[in-house]
Amino acid sequence: MLDGYEAVIGLEVHAELLTASKIFCGCSARFGAPPNTNVCPVCLGMPGVLPVLNRRVVEFAIRAGLATGCTIAEHSRFARKNYFYPDLSKGYQISMYEQPLCVGGGLDVVVEGVARRIGLTRIHMEEDTGKNIHDAHAAGSLVDFNRGGVPLLEIVSEPDMRSPAEAGAYLRALRSILQYLEICDGNMEEGSFRCDANCSVRRIGDRTLGTKVEIKNMNSFRNVERAVDFELARQVQALQQGEALHQETRLWDPDRSETRSMRSKESAHDYRYFPEPDLRPLVVDAAWVDAVRAALPELPPARRQRFEAAHGLSAYDADVLTQRKDVADYFEAMVAAGAGAKDAANWITTELLRIVREQKLDDALVIREWPIAPTRLAALARLVEGGTINRNTAKGLLPRLLGTDVDPAALVAAEGLAQVSDRDALDRAVRDVLARHPEQVEQFRSGKEKVLGFLVGQVMKTTGGKANPQVVQQLLRAALSS
Amino acid sequence: MALTLDEVRQVAALARLRLEPDEETRLTADLDHILDAFTRLAALDTTGVEPTAHVDPESAPLRDDAVTNPEAPDALFEGAPARSGRLFRVPRIIE
Repeated sequence: MLDGYEAVIGLEVHAELLTASKIFCGCSARFGAPPNTNVCPVCLGMPGVLPVLNRRVVEFAIRAGLATGCTIAEHSRFARKNYFYPDLSKGYQISMYEQPLCVGGGLDVVVEGVARRIGLTRIHMEEDTGKNIHDAHAAGSLVDFNRGGVPLLEIVSEPDMRSPAEAGAYLRALRSILQYLEICDGNMEEGSFRCDANCSVRRIGDRTLGTKVEIKNMNSFRNVERAVDFELARQVQALQQGEALHQETRLWDPDRSETRSMRSKESAHDYRYFPEPDLRPLVVDAAWVDAVRAALPELPPARRQRFEAAHGLSAYDADVLTQRKDVADYFEAMVAAGAGAKDAANWITTELLRIVREQKLDDALVIREWPIAPTRLAALARLVEGGTINRNTAKGLLPRLLGTDVDPAALVAAEGLAQVSDRDALDRAVRDVLARHPEQVEQFRSGKEKVLGFLVGQVMKTTGGKANPQVVQQLLRAALSS
Repeated sequence: MALTLDEVRQVAALARLRLEPDEETRLTADLDHILDAFTRLAALDTTGVEPTAHVDPESAPLRDDAVTNPEAPDALFEGAPARSGRLFRVPRIIE
């Protein structure tokens, strides 16, 4: 696809952690508060203040490290990353540099049936910056520091990805893990899960890396894939035309589907990192790591295997259901409420997730509100399994159950929707239909099996859609062959 | 190693310091002198000595994850050179 070149892609993810308070002060880390209400002298960078590390941030970082196979360093330390920008109150960001908390590890992804392991370089803790707001009616900009000091994990991959699809698969797998760990909501649009991509190309077979370009401003998985795709093609074209590439940061413009040069990337030492004197080194002993490990939830790969083995689901269904913890939990709640596993999977993948999408009940794929409780959808599924109503009736009922607490069985009883399996009543309907359609009867008898579908449809119509289609088919066949 | 004028200018730019030509000359000499002192320190054999990131070897104290700060009082914003309500106003940022 790249004309003799191969892609080398590494991703840097910033995940906002779901803590109650900020990383170094007791301000609320909540998203969406009025401007500059969740701020204090510490996160505003006032003189003489000191940071105090939030224990839960460390715990969350250990969780992420263990879930991705990293080694948790017993001794790690914070560093200052110095640069000037209006959204950075202190003139430096407290981050980790030489001794990060988590190192090594990796993620397994499957792309087009091929399994690959993407290595992780490191995971470290740092603080988020404030937000610049463009002021429409003035020459200045405005700064809101509510987000300044919100805890972040920076998760850096090795340059192990070779295609935009692999980059997308890695991101989805990583986000799924963070959501399972309940440490990040993974909302790309709100910016709680952000991704920058480092891309370069080299001639296939070359060992050295090509010139690296960083891409920013991608706020969805799809945009990450599109941006990387565009950038790789751009680089190959430049090289083929004999142009030299230079290391830079480029912004993805989703409206014009292109990346644009932003600024020359400062080299790392320009941040003049040095150990943070205001924080002592962090010591994480084995007992703490073991306690966090013991409390880890079942992660997506294990849950996928269990869904296949214990519930007899197909690999595809198990994959769809376990990508998100909330969906997997919903499935298990339905099964616990007596729905068959295959049925529950079908209801969720074909009906429920469609409604969630249509009614936009998920914010960037975190379902905040279920249209119907799992116990009630299970009750509806059971009515079909038990033969009380047919599948079509059930599908028609679903929209009427949304957002209510009506019991599906009560609704079926109240409206007389129970399917007719009474053979005498159906027999009459069948004879009636055959009498009215002699032509089709003739066609069927001369071997046109397909006509049976039409006849079943006619019987269904006369019973107001409530007949049991299997029984109707049996009765029709019996009547036609007599 | 002698520090060059260009290096001083680059560090000044990173630190957002505007230096007059005579300050640049003076600081080049001063900084060179300071770096010399470190060169002498760097000559020490520190094999087997743990790098000192902090004088206190104790682990960092940690706080519980709880919101303990009240909503920001107005006094926090009184020192700001330019404001728009509760928002800090800064020169226009050009991405």
